[in-house]
Amino acid sequence: MSGYVEGIIILLCVNGIAALGVCLLTGFTGIFSLGHAGYMAIGAYTTAIMTLRYGIHWLPAVLAGGLIAMTVSYLIGVPTLKLMGDYYAIASIGLGEAIRLVLENGGNFTRGARGYPGIENFTTLPIAGGFFLVMAVLMFFLVRSNFGRAFKACRDDYIAASLLGFNTARYRVFSLAISGFYCGVAGALMAGFLTFIQPVMFDSGKSTELVAVVVFGGLGSLSGSLLGTMVLTLVTELFRPISQYRMLIYGIILVIIMVARPEGIMGQHELSPRYIKSLFSRKHRTAKATEGGSGL
Amino acid sequence: MSEPVLKLDRTDKYFGGVHAVQEMSFTLEKGELAGLIGPNGAGKTTIFNLITGVYDVDGGKILFEGEDITPYKTYEVIRKGIARTFQNLRLFPRSTVLENVMTACQQHHKYGFFEAATHLGRWGSFERETRKQSMELLERVGLSHLAEQAAGTLPYGYQRRLEIARALSLQPRLLLLDEPAAGMNPDEVNDLNGLIKGIHRDFELTVLVIEHHMDLVMEICSHVICMNFGAKIAEGDPEHVQNHPEILKAYLGEEVLEA
Repeated sequence: MSGYVEGIIILLCVNGIAALGVCLLTGFTGIFSLGHAGYMAIGAYTTAIMTLRYGIHWLPAVLAGGLIAMTVSYLIGVPTLKLMGDYYAIASIGLGEAIRLVLENGGNFTRGARGYPGIENFTTLPIAGGFFLVMAVLMFFLVRSNFGRAFKACRDDYIAASLLGFNTARYRVFSLAISGFYCGVAGALMAGFLTFIQPVMFDSGKSTELVAVVVFGGLGSLSGSLLGTMVLTLVTELFRPISQYRMLIYGIILVIIMVARPEGIMGQHELSPRYIKSLFSRKHRTAKATEGGSGL
Repeated sequence: MSEPVLKLDRTDKYFGGVHAVQEMSFTLEKGELAGLIGPNGAGKTTIFNLITGVYDVDGGKILFEGEDITPYKTYEVIRKGIARTFQNLRLFPRSTVLENVMTACQQHHKYGFFEAATHLGRWGSFERETRKQSMELLERVGLSHLAEQAAGTLPYGYQRRLEIARALSLQPRLLLLDEPAAGMNPDEVNDLNGLIKGIHRDFELTVLVIEHHMDLVMEICSHVICMNFGAKIAEGDPEHVQNHPEILKAYLGEEVLEA
């Protein structure tokens, strides 16, 4: 396999992990965040600083990146997620920018806007693939459990959820913390893949992309978010030769999908054998119905 | 005599300048099936919202089985053993019928986060148990054949039944039903009558039901509380309330009586 293809697959895995995190928060718990690149930045910088400055092995550094991102998101979530509605979305814009600016002005510790070069290239294909598989399985399991139902209840109707005995604020903070962890780990792996990070990589554009992928794939569908990641990552890569039109095509594809399927590629279904079967049987039924109609 | 299940002690609620609930006091004994009636805007649903902590109480106290639940948050009140349904349905429309009930039922089968994320430990047995109990409740309200259908696609009457099943799966000791017969035809009201009486008996519940259908209230309730403009105007057994002049005034208007 060529290095290029390998690189794309690694990128897909890393972006996929981040998308799973955002999907739990936005797709399953119904909270929009426009600052999740900030958590990726925390994960990336934690790993870079721990491995380079303190000479710690990359594996604990990656996990620490995830855990610190999780802690930050938890501390942010406690005061903001008690409020209902879109308050967190607004707060998250500020949060994402604040994290980036702190990194940019962190002096010698974060090396400022010039970025952090020379990170060990530890994110090989098996590492990225392994992390992705384990974290994807855990996430798929999580949404098919009592926690998944609780998150969905908070998303669909928070008053009804609290009247079924759920402490909705707690579940929202919990969901944010998990998604912070996923984005932190994704950022850490990103650092190990690119070997060079700088604050501008984690700006509001990256945050928007994370939400776009989830909405694009279908709110409430993990496999949809992964499909969305795949489509949007591949579009950016495939059209690299005509790079000046790349973002144009990216935009057009987003518009087309959202007009044609406002509920996203997958709606809220998961890509399972059962779903594919139902898709075919539905087509079959419609075909039959049309036949019957023409006979009359 | 044991503690009353529910006791409102001069409860007050203001919405801005409107005194929506005025010094409301009443008591429900264990095992009662009581009705709360009154014209539109009388404050009946507000009473439910005060009991369940959706609104904060501005004055007075609410006691559940002798315990002051006034300061509790909604989810804490529910965990004490109160469940309610809504006048305008609040199901999770995109989830299946079974999932709707399981979401409530899982309160009694809690397992930890790591068991949830790895599907190890108690996940298997608790999920099975939740599913089984939810199916039994759906069977009870006659919806088990629709378990896999999205809740939002059910006919209105079935959605009402589903809400009752969901409330029951919390295993409450006090059940608050907010206009369960709204928008139903006489046949459906009749069925609902039977259902409410049945669950009241089988689950050993105390039930408080808000209702506009007088025939339903008169038939199933042994204790009726009538309110208007936020205040209680009459209380007693159905016959007593039916002929109470204040109630005739509230429902038919003063002019009718004077005429």
